Amino acid sequence: MKHLLTGNEAAARGAFEAGVKVCSAYPGTPSTEIFENLPHYRDYLYCEWAPNEKVATEVAYGASIAGVRSLTAMKHVGVNVAADPIFTATYNGVGGGFVIVSADDPDMHSSQNEQDNRYYAKFAKMPLVEPSDSQECKDFMKEAFYLSERFDLPVLFRMTTRVCHSKSLVEFGEREEREITPYKRDVGKFVCTPANAKRHRPMLEQKLRELEAYSNESPINVEELNGSEVGVISASIAYQYAKEVFPEDASFLKLGMTFPLPMERIKSFAKKVKTLYIVEELEPFMEEQIKANGIDCIGKRLISNQYELNPERLRRELFAEQAKTVEVDVKPVPRPPALCPGCPHRGFFYVMSKRKDFVIAGDIGCYTLGCAEPLNALDSVVCMGGGFSVAQGMAKAFEAIGATDKKVFGVLGDSTFFHSGMTGAAEIIYNKGRVIPCVLDNSITGMTGQQDNPGSGETLLGEPAPIIRIEDVLRSMGYEKVIIVDPQDLQAMRNAVDEAEKSEVPAAIITRRPCLLLKRVKHTKGLCKVDPEKCRSCKLCLKAGCPAVYMENGKAKIDESLCVGCTVCAQICPFHAID
Amino acid sequence: MTKSILLVGVGGQGAILVSKILTEGLVRAGFDVKMSEVHGMAQRGGSVSTQVRYGDKVYSPIIGEGAADILVAFERMEAVRYASYLKPDGIALISDKEIMPMSVASGSAEYPAGCLEAMQEKFSTVVVEADRISREIGNSRCQNIVLFGTLTRVLKLDQIDWELVMKEVLPIKILEVNLEAFKRGREAV
Repeated sequence: MKHLLTGNEAAARGAFEAGVKVCSAYPGTPSTEIFENLPHYRDYLYCEWAPNEKVATEVAYGASIAGVRSLTAMKHVGVNVAADPIFTATYNGVGGGFVIVSADDPDMHSSQNEQDNRYYAKFAKMPLVEPSDSQECKDFMKEAFYLSERFDLPVLFRMTTRVCHSKSLVEFGEREEREITPYKRDVGKFVCTPANAKRHRPMLEQKLRELEAYSNESPINVEELNGSEVGVISASIAYQYAKEVFPEDASFLKLGMTFPLPMERIKSFAKKVKTLYIVEELEPFMEEQIKANGIDCIGKRLISNQYELNPERLRRELFAEQAKTVEVDVKPVPRPPALCPGCPHRGFFYVMSKRKDFVIAGDIGCYTLGCAEPLNALDSVVCMGGGFSVAQGMAKAFEAIGATDKKVFGVLGDSTFFHSGMTGAAEIIYNKGRVIPCVLDNSITGMTGQQDNPGSGETLLGEPAPIIRIEDVLRSMGYEKVIIVDPQDLQAMRNAVDEAEKSEVPAAIITRRPCLLLKRVKHTKGLCKVDPEKCRSCKLCLKAGCPAVYMENGKAKIDESLCVGCTVCAQICPFHAID
Repeated sequence: MTKSILLVGVGGQGAILVSKILTEGLVRAGFDVKMSEVHGMAQRGGSVSTQVRYGDKVYSPIIGEGAADILVAFERMEAVRYASYLKPDGIALISDKEIMPMSVASGSAEYPAGCLEAMQEKFSTVVVEADRISREIGNSRCQNIVLFGTLTRVLKLDQIDWELVMKEVLPIKILEVNLEAFKRGREAV
């Protein structure tokens, strides 16, 4: 029987079937559901959410050193965070098989850039495996573990949004239990002293040569010979698009292992066809290497390196075939994402938005949406953990130029605090920054869909866990005044900001209210309603930026299918027209 | 021949649930099926799209402009936003529900008038009063299943026992109201 699975579900299944024992990850779209599916196999393996991608990679690599198969997964920018251990793990090699999933996000559906992480494989010198559908996510995962152990290297398993979040049919296999080998210390291999690193350096190049030879024979690099006019080399989701677009008599070299490239195989394929196309999403990763080997081919000359591909786009860019479309005479207005109705972050940003002298460095998470109109309460967002440290840099700059009319805040969430916000909080104390750090604690990792973290009280396996108290961490660093406030109480929120601003000692703010989507917390229900008699059409309630509140026939109205009764709009209304 | 269905709406309207029931039924009918959905930032109250493709052999899980056979819009302005994805001879299935984007709610933009008429003028269009029907049933959250009921009529896949699929996919708590929504959706055309 076949199962309709997302690539993420299938990758989890593949890791299970490969006999994986230890799995550690930090959530990030589009990778998150790989680990959300691992607890199904809890009787066979251990899995966890780590505080960040670097920690997750180190935990998984540690398990590999100890001799078992291990897995880590993250979104593309997460690999930037994890790069440090990865670049040494390739020099050292592995114990048990070690697979690193990088889930890239072409088109930036839920990301700040669309970096092409295939280059990490070349940069760190490790094999690269790329599935193109869910069946391959499962099957190639097993191949990746095989490669890791055979060549003594971590393997980069690169998925993309459309591979992760597309469903296709998958046939299951059995789990392969691994023989347990007793741990034996190996200092020469796993202690990265310069002497060992120097010894490992030429060994790594030798492994890459052996890998290229293997790549030429790899069962996941497949030639589909049809006609001799047109040949296509492709991989990942781009292969599926190319299959729809090229004529039936086109020949394909479909690659599952894309670093090292099977260059002998590519050379022989190129000789069999008159015109050779390289169809790849984002950068010319394969094309550059193929051209460097003197093979003439068409790729990025026609297909742009920006945004994601789709079949119609390929037809247009490759063959100048424009799909027939019909234009309608009405223009839609944009509908960007917004904080949910009842989101606890709304009260915080509403209060902050009223102060034009505030400069606010934000961070990655739901609260990034504090930048949107009408709240418009963020000056910058750079990366995970950047909220506090970027704020510190801005404050230092204002100090350096004598700009005293600005008050700088750094804003990030509870999960981001544990991810990499704590170091920024230490920086502010250590270097006497004039910054007020604010942790928006909604007791969960929100944007990625409710994952637990060191402050939430549960583990990935649903077991109770110690809660690390953010206020205790901040106090121990030297924040003598830590103000904890319910952001949904606007007056209390204003008071908290005033108090922090006037504080003579280092102050920090924690806004605390669980995410409304958090299932284990019971939220009080009760909808807000506008009394049209009392409404004076001042539109101040709209400044909350709540998707449930709008104007109808000149009066405020609340969509009852969206409202959850948080009362922020009611607190804003100067005429007590909302109940 | 591969059929492509594009489902669009506002994050939280339940497009993913509809796709789940739809794809489950299609798999049971023996089709090769692919589906693509969005998560994360893209889900937070913004414009969202889900794609379902089925046939003897499906390669791509997504389509580009001018390639959808059916556009299912859970919100009327979203139909207009994605109209360019519909084939000229494609069918638009639209809920007349209006959801105000933030810019409209705050008064900096106006919700465009005539969305339904503009679609009807250019495409073979079915409009469903999903909001009204769901209120009559007593649960405004099942608008998605009302529209799904209509979709199963438009698709003409009567060999599939959709009610059985719903019984197996939906939690028991919300099953009955959704079966009613489904029935009312089927009767809407």
